[in-house]
Amino acid sequence: MTVTISEDLKAESKNLNFYYGALHSLKNVNLPIARRRVTALIGPSGCGKTTFLRCFNRMHDLYPHNRYEGEIIIYPEKLNIISPSVDPIEIRMQISMVFQKPNPFPKSIYENVAYGLRVRGVKKKGLIDEAVEKSLRGSALWDEVKDRLNNSAFDLSGGQQQRLCIARALATDPRILLFDEPTSALDPTATSKIEELIIELKNEVTIIIVTHNMQQAARVSDYTAFMYLGEIIEFDKTDKIFTAPSNKLTEEYITGRFG
Amino acid sequence: MKKSAQKIRERIIETGLFLSAVSSVFITLGIVIILAYESFGFFMAVPVTEFLTGTVWTPLFADPRFGILPLVSGTLLITSIALSVALPVGLISAIYLSEYAPHRLRETIKPVLELLAAVPTVVYGYFALLFLTPLLQELLPDLSGFNAISPGIIMGVMIVPYVSSVSEDAMKAVPMYIREGSYAMGATKLQTAFKVVIPAAFSGIAAAFIMGISRAIGETMVVAIAAGMMPNFTFNPMEPVQTLTSYIVQVSLGDVPHGTIEYKTIFAAGMTLFLMTLFFNIIGFWLRKRIREAY
Repeated sequence: MTVTISEDLKAESKNLNFYYGALHSLKNVNLPIARRRVTALIGPSGCGKTTFLRCFNRMHDLYPHNRYEGEIIIYPEKLNIISPSVDPIEIRMQISMVFQKPNPFPKSIYENVAYGLRVRGVKKKGLIDEAVEKSLRGSALWDEVKDRLNNSAFDLSGGQQQRLCIARALATDPRILLFDEPTSALDPTATSKIEELIIELKNEVTIIIVTHNMQQAARVSDYTAFMYLGEIIEFDKTDKIFTAPSNKLTEEYITGRFG
Repeated sequence: MKKSAQKIRERIIETGLFLSAVSSVFITLGIVIILAYESFGFFMAVPVTEFLTGTVWTPLFADPRFGILPLVSGTLLITSIALSVALPVGLISAIYLSEYAPHRLRETIKPVLELLAAVPTVVYGYFALLFLTPLLQELLPDLSGFNAISPGIIMGVMIVPYVSSVSEDAMKAVPMYIREGSYAMGATKLQTAFKVVIPAAFSGIAAAFIMGISRAIGETMVVAIAAGMMPNFTFNPMEPVQTLTSYIVQVSLGDVPHGTIEYKTIFAAGMTLFLMTLFFNIIGFWLRKRIREAY
């Protein structure tokens, strides 16, 4: 299905197909991503939502035998980021990702956040200091860690580690932030903190979030896409999807009858 | 009735397991006790200060001198040469195998590399003496027929598989999601390997290095054959030297009467060797504890 929305677009996938070797796991995916909005991808396990998310920062390029077809366009440049002529490293520098399990590096809190700048070759301490503070404030972690920036990131709790990973992703000023089930390994308190953060962050950055938790999608997102077997079954404003879905399958999924 | 029989069986099995687990502890203890006892006899005859500060080691001469420094310098010299080959080459191979090599290539290279460890050390010794030394003499005409550099290099090659195999296992054990975190920040493969994988695998890599060091200090056959059996207080790799281990071989092979002071030098040298290896193992243990990363 093709959908149009009346807002500014940050990205758009057009006839996107993706193959893990011979396995055709995304089928003609068309989806607009509104600028500075949260778009949620929901659907049962194996429906392709994470596969789709990982196309946006070319994570699939890390493994052999993966193949993209079609386009993911980012605006305003109208650049097709999955074209083989585009360097995945360039894309990952602009589109950051937060993973399912907090994955801080075996470094200090400070160095974790500074990592993205360091790999870009930024050397000026003043610049890095500034970015580290700004990102930690952005991820609501600054007050908790400002006195122990040189401690190991592993000293933090799981929820704090995930907010550290968000800070790490923010430090390079990404254009799009991808969240892959960011709260599935966290307790309810840590989860609600991350959710508040996502709602706040959308003022500055376009967000795509994959979630298993339908309440979470309803709470944080502006748009929701329901995926099933590698296809987008329904896409609409989140309110509409959760109150009056037009597809039977969507309705069955959000009311918990399958998935 | 049946229940208590089962209980007894459990007890017997548990005791058996316990005994096999502690046997290595007792064997180690036994070795240490014998080393300490015999060296004590040695130090009754030779003052510790002379042993530790003397620069001449001629216990088998008519006018014996018991300064251990020539053997220690020989050991450290050859060990450093070996490590300056083994650590970089081992680590670089491990990085290549773990982070870069395609699956099939890794499956081919790894066993071949590990085969290096299966070559008997006596073969390495003669390889150093009869092949590498003449080759080096072409480049360095002053090089004596027995020297430290040739067995040092060969010993380094011999240790590479130990270092690379253990380091590679440690790097492979770093979970993929940690690497993905780095790639997702726009890091290259090389940046990911050096800034994330190596720090994450640090404790394993340190263990590999310490194992390599301990092996180099303890290696006997290569140096006994190619280094010259000459207790020589020097750090010049061109000269013949003797290590603690090759001295022990030399004396053990000769007909030194049991209980004499010459006989007891074996244990004094052995004790020194043991303490040196222990020192490195303690450093390794401390490093691992200090920089341990848990996933």
